[in-house]
Amino acid sequence: MSESVLLPNGRILRYTFHERLVHWLAAVSYVYLLLTGLAFWSPWLFWIAVVLGSPTVSREIHPWAGLIFVAATFLMLRMWGSQMRETPADKAWWQAMPRYIRNEDEAMPSADRFNPGQKLLFWGFFSCGILLLLSGLILWFTELVPWNLRFLRYLAVITHPALALITIGLFMIHVYMGTAAERGAFGSVIRGDVSRGWALKHHRLWFEHIVRNESARK
Amino acid sequence: MSQATLEIRAISAHAGSVPGAGVKREFEVCKLIDTTTCIGCKACEVACLEWNGYSFSETTFNNSYQTMPETAWNYWNLIKFNEHEREDGSLMLLMRKDQCMHCEDPGCLAACPADGAIVQYTNGIVDFQQDHCIGCGYCISGCPFNIPKFSPGARKVFKCTLCVDRVSEGLEPACIKACPTGCLHFGTKPEMKEAAEKRATQLRDHSGFPNAGVYDPPGIGGTHVLYVLHDATNPEVYGGLPKDPRIPLMVRLWKTPLKWLGNLAIIGGAVGIFVHYLRFGPKIVPEDEEKSQQEKTP
Repeated sequence: MSESVLLPNGRILRYTFHERLVHWLAAVSYVYLLLTGLAFWSPWLFWIAVVLGSPTVSREIHPWAGLIFVAATFLMLRMWGSQMRETPADKAWWQAMPRYIRNEDEAMPSADRFNPGQKLLFWGFFSCGILLLLSGLILWFTELVPWNLRFLRYLAVITHPALALITIGLFMIHVYMGTAAERGAFGSVIRGDVSRGWALKHHRLWFEHIVRNESARK
Repeated sequence: MSQATLEIRAISAHAGSVPGAGVKREFEVCKLIDTTTCIGCKACEVACLEWNGYSFSETTFNNSYQTMPETAWNYWNLIKFNEHEREDGSLMLLMRKDQCMHCEDPGCLAACPADGAIVQYTNGIVDFQQDHCIGCGYCISGCPFNIPKFSPGARKVFKCTLCVDRVSEGLEPACIKACPTGCLHFGTKPEMKEAAEKRATQLRDHSGFPNAGVYDPPGIGGTHVLYVLHDATNPEVYGGLPKDPRIPLMVRLWKTPLKWLGNLAIIGGAVGIFVHYLRFGPKIVPEDEEKSQQEKTP
């Protein structure tokens, strides 16, 4: 957390350049995977693959985008893994979750750099990503699966879209929270900084830690 | 291998109705393969390669007549040999011409996500349209007979067309034409079924094969290729002919319940998010909003 510091303009650096870059690497690859995946999911959405080059191009690049996405989530694990760990305090946050939904944020237990919802999002994407990669590898090289191991194909055929649907749920909530619902959040992942008020409201423990660090430095 | 002259019954991954379906009556075509009179000469294999313009693939030797383990993307027709030991200790050399079965309810077509890459004609032929194929290989997972094969060069999937180009011009498939023993027949499904049943009765009554029968598996709605087998109770011994082939359960679950559940969940989620915004609005940090208001009104 030492990289998050108070900026000269009084704002707080929430995400470093490196963190933002990794986030957008994952985001761009995920959106590509989502769009091409939806094209293969439903005949009514097949036009998306046509728009994105051609259905054949979409089919060829989809697995490579998957590799990039999973690699990005591993980079995230390296930089955020320790902060994503579940803490005993998370339970109270989940119990107060209905208030969070009703925007009664002052009644919520204080959150650290990532609140339990964000932790769930990360672990959800991370674990689904690995499983999607494994099932995706089987689909990528279906013709190499021997006939007597064909149950692997059947397993992949059902798990790949099912897992993708879970990530779509996570993705929709994440995008809504990060853009429309939580003012200031989108700026933090573009420019990197947030206001003091924002940090205090949404991540009080993280904010207090920064202030303490800063005064210790002085 | 588009055949504009043939009426199409089903199109893979097609949004909306099938143009022109049901406007005319057509015979359902059918191949009849009598494994009891096959001599394993492989003339059908040669004819298939000749007609479709492929050259011989390298063969493998495994101490039997089997020249390669299974069909390939450029080898659509292969006789499967099996030295089968019967219960009384006697040996039978079983020979079955393996190729696409042209299912009435094709698993490849059900699994295909590419619009128009697989079509089923009203005459029952299931045909891959390589110009629409995206090479995903889902048809390989959908097929209960291990027939569609991926070409690494073309990055598309190929299989037997039942010589749709010949059939649409009123000719019999190349394999049928080449067969020297008359173990292969071609005609309409009802005629072939009748001939097959007749032959099976003959085998049961006069040739000492009490289990002889016709292979027309109901699990996939029947096939447009029929086999007469000496022992219809044990098709597996004929080079792994599945006893009760069906479209794999996971393919069915993926294409129907999961699809509906998933679509409902996505649309429901989007509506839920929108309603949440209308009801509760954004999470605002008051001083930030005041500041941005001040900036806007100098």
